[in-house]
Amino acid sequence: MATRPTAAELADYEAQADAWFRENTPKDPGFMLPLTFMEVSTDQQFEFLCAWQRKVYEAGYLGASWPTEYGGGGMHPDFQRIATKVMKKYDGPIMLNAIGIGWAGPLILDIGSEEEKKKYIKGMLSAEDIWCQGFSEPENGSDLGNAQLKAVRDGDEYVLNGSKIWTSLGDRAKYMILLARTSNEGPNKYAGLSFFLAPMHAPGIETRRIKKLTGEYGFVQCFFTDARIPAECLMGKEGDGWQIAMKTLEYERGAKVNLAGGYFLKELDAMGVVELARQSQRGGKALLDDPVMKDRMIDFMIDIQALNLNNQRRRMGPLVQDRPMGLALMNKLARTEMIRELTEFSLSFQGTRGGYYVDDPCAVDNGYWHRSYLNSFSATIGGGTSEIQRNIVAEHVLGLPKGR
Amino acid sequence: MAFSEENLANHLGGLGYSEEQIELMDVATSFCRDKSPIDKVRKLMADERGYDAQVWQEIAELGWLGIAIPEAHGGVGLSMAEVAPIAEQMGRRLLTTPFATCTVAAQALLAAGDEVQCGEWLPRIVAGEIATLALSEPHGDWTLSHVEATAKPNGDGYALSGTKQFVAYAKDAALVIATVNVDGAVRLALIEQSAIPDGALRREIIVDETRRTYELTLDGITIPASALLDAGRSATALGQIELASALLQAAEMCGGTQSAIDYTVEYLKTRKQFGKLIGEYQALKHPITNAYVAYEKARSHMLSAAHNFGQQGVGEIAVRMAKASADKAYSFAADRAVQFHGGFGFTHDCDAGLYRRSAIWHASQFGDAAWHRAKLADLLF
Ligand SMILES: Cc1cc2nc3c(=O)[nH]c(=O)nc-3n(C[C@H](O)[C@H](O)[C@H](O)COP(=O)(O)OP(=O)(O)OC[C@H]3O[C@@H](n4cnc5c(N)ncnc54)[C@H](O)[C@@H]3O)c2cc1C
Repeated sequence: MATRPTAAELADYEAQADAWFRENTPKDPGFMLPLTFMEVSTDQQFEFLCAWQRKVYEAGYLGASWPTEYGGGGMHPDFQRIATKVMKKYDGPIMLNAIGIGWAGPLILDIGSEEEKKKYIKGMLSAEDIWCQGFSEPENGSDLGNAQLKAVRDGDEYVLNGSKIWTSLGDRAKYMILLARTSNEGPNKYAGLSFFLAPMHAPGIETRRIKKLTGEYGFVQCFFTDARIPAECLMGKEGDGWQIAMKTLEYERGAKVNLAGGYFLKELDAMGVVELARQSQRGGKALLDDPVMKDRMIDFMIDIQALNLNNQRRRMGPLVQDRPMGLALMNKLARTEMIRELTEFSLSFQGTRGGYYVDDPCAVDNGYWHRSYLNSFSATIGGGTSEIQRNIVAEHVLGLPKGR
Repeated sequence: MAFSEENLANHLGGLGYSEEQIELMDVATSFCRDKSPIDKVRKLMADERGYDAQVWQEIAELGWLGIAIPEAHGGVGLSMAEVAPIAEQMGRRLLTTPFATCTVAAQALLAAGDEVQCGEWLPRIVAGEIATLALSEPHGDWTLSHVEATAKPNGDGYALSGTKQFVAYAKDAALVIATVNVDGAVRLALIEQSAIPDGALRREIIVDETRRTYELTLDGITIPASALLDAGRSATALGQIELASALLQAAEMCGGTQSAIDYTVEYLKTRKQFGKLIGEYQALKHPITNAYVAYEKARSHMLSAAHNFGQQGVGEIAVRMAKASADKAYSFAADRAVQFHGGFGFTHDCDAGLYRRSAIWHASQFGDAAWHRAKLADLLF
């Protein structure tokens, strides 16, 4: 690991990054930009975001702390943190290749072979190789361990049959991290699972776009019909699949942090909600004069601040002695549920104008709040539903029994 | 969609801790566990005094009563931040003593007392003599400046009149600090034990049976003029009393919430119905998880309130957020604790009831969640 930089080095770097992002952060492109990597709907959006990610990478502000031999910058993580902070300051668009640099990349760097690191890391940073995640199936979503897509070894290849669904960026991706069943034997359903770094452009793989609650596209169903992929796509050994998938989910749920940098989701500004409330009226008076509205708003602010403090406390060993993993494991649940409730609340401020939707000229903030609320479900469902998160906290933090 | 709290965080305090805080947390954790097993708590509930004099002496010897008192007055010279983790462990083990009231009384003296008053009383408090606060009145208003009790000039001193309620551990107190109205201005008055006539104290029946409070009739009590604290610093002192009390309550409540959850989780892991552990039922499993999430949030707020205590502006916001979230978390956890123990939950023997009553008690003193949210709205909007 690179040596810890001095404050002066960091300040220099920050000044450089600041100049770069001030100069290069794109202005409004004239079409709606996705707030999250799960909302990439049109070619225009896709190409714009790929180009942006490539530009940031080439400037050295993405993957700055990943090893140079695989395409990273080889610098101390503090530099990347600063670059990301500056990116945020200029409100740059999101990094599109989330599943690549957010979870597949860290996974490969952690447990991948030398060949895998050489082959995949650079392309995911430059957004040349977009990644998707083939975990969920039509019949097995929360019960991921029951995944049934078949992978049968045939000489130097595996033959895939089955279907994956809700695959974000599935129509755009070159590679998929794929959880498939190589065996029905073994002591339990998990034992027969294997993990693949699979190409998406193989004969026998087809994708169909699915229109979302918001009216946009972003995820697909994938059909595998006697699709053949090289045997070396298998990560680890046959039977390691569940373990590797769980490691991946740790990255996805933010319990483990080794990101390449950047962000995959635009942040909702807490004070923005307060601003919206300030501009809203009830009975000819400011909404925030209404004691009930005021009380609910304060309750949210207490909640928001709690999550902010939780995030700081997570890293302070002495303040998390009793249940060291508690804050990390509850993070996704607490944040996503709060955002869902808060964005829902924000719709109620708008009075009759709450009836407008995205793109109507009269919609408040061009429908930003409606879009945010409807999209909030992507996080309370995707990556393991809130109900499943509660099971996880109950079982792994409180030690409650697993349901049968 | 992610969420940026940074913007909000700029207005509010962050988190941090001191070495001393962590050391005290560790010592308090084992001390409270060892000194206050639940059967002892129950034994003391039936005891007239309500706390163990021996344990009180040990608390004094540990120096805990002087943590937030300057060394010049015999204290340790730390701050309220270091007191909070002790209160948390006391709340966790339902170890109720005059600790909180003594600590806050000392803060009141520091805020509005002169050299002579501080010089006399602070070392005595550090040594374990009990000082308590007489603030509440029959009107039940949480606003500490709403005072109807009076002090009227009488010879060299003042004659007091009115009724004070919820005066903690007054029977054993060497000093009672009461709010009184002097010519339309609220002042703090020092009342020594010897000035309190027989019959002026009535033990109150309160919802939390682990505590002792008294109603104090002020009529007939006279004090010397030197027993009034500085008029100019009254408002500051009231503010300090309110925030110090709320901080210690939030800490005790976090401890109590933790225990209510632990106690219930234990039951969910052992009690079986319909052939399986009741903890497998998500109708129980998920709400107790929600209680746990609320607890961790409340604890973050409490630690922030401790860390930021005394910071102009930020400190008050942090303390009010801490009390509001602790009330929410404790009330919910303890309420579910009762329900999730079934018929046993409804018995006096079930500890869930101790936590539920404790949560009600804390909500009733120095403002509940809604009251602190209203105060926060004034501060933030
Ligand atoms: C926007 C979005 C993007 C996504 N992207 C991807 C992706 O890229 N790759 C991928 O593999 N998947 C992706 N997913 C899929 C996601 O992981 C699944 O939708 C999720 O795990 C739930 O599975 P399911 O849809 O089959 O619902 P189900 O599992 O059928 O759940 C239905 C309901 O039952 C509840 N439930 C299920 N089991 C339990 C239980 N044991 N206890 C309590 N309640 C239970 C659930 O919480 C839910 O409310 C995405 C989903 C969304 C919404």
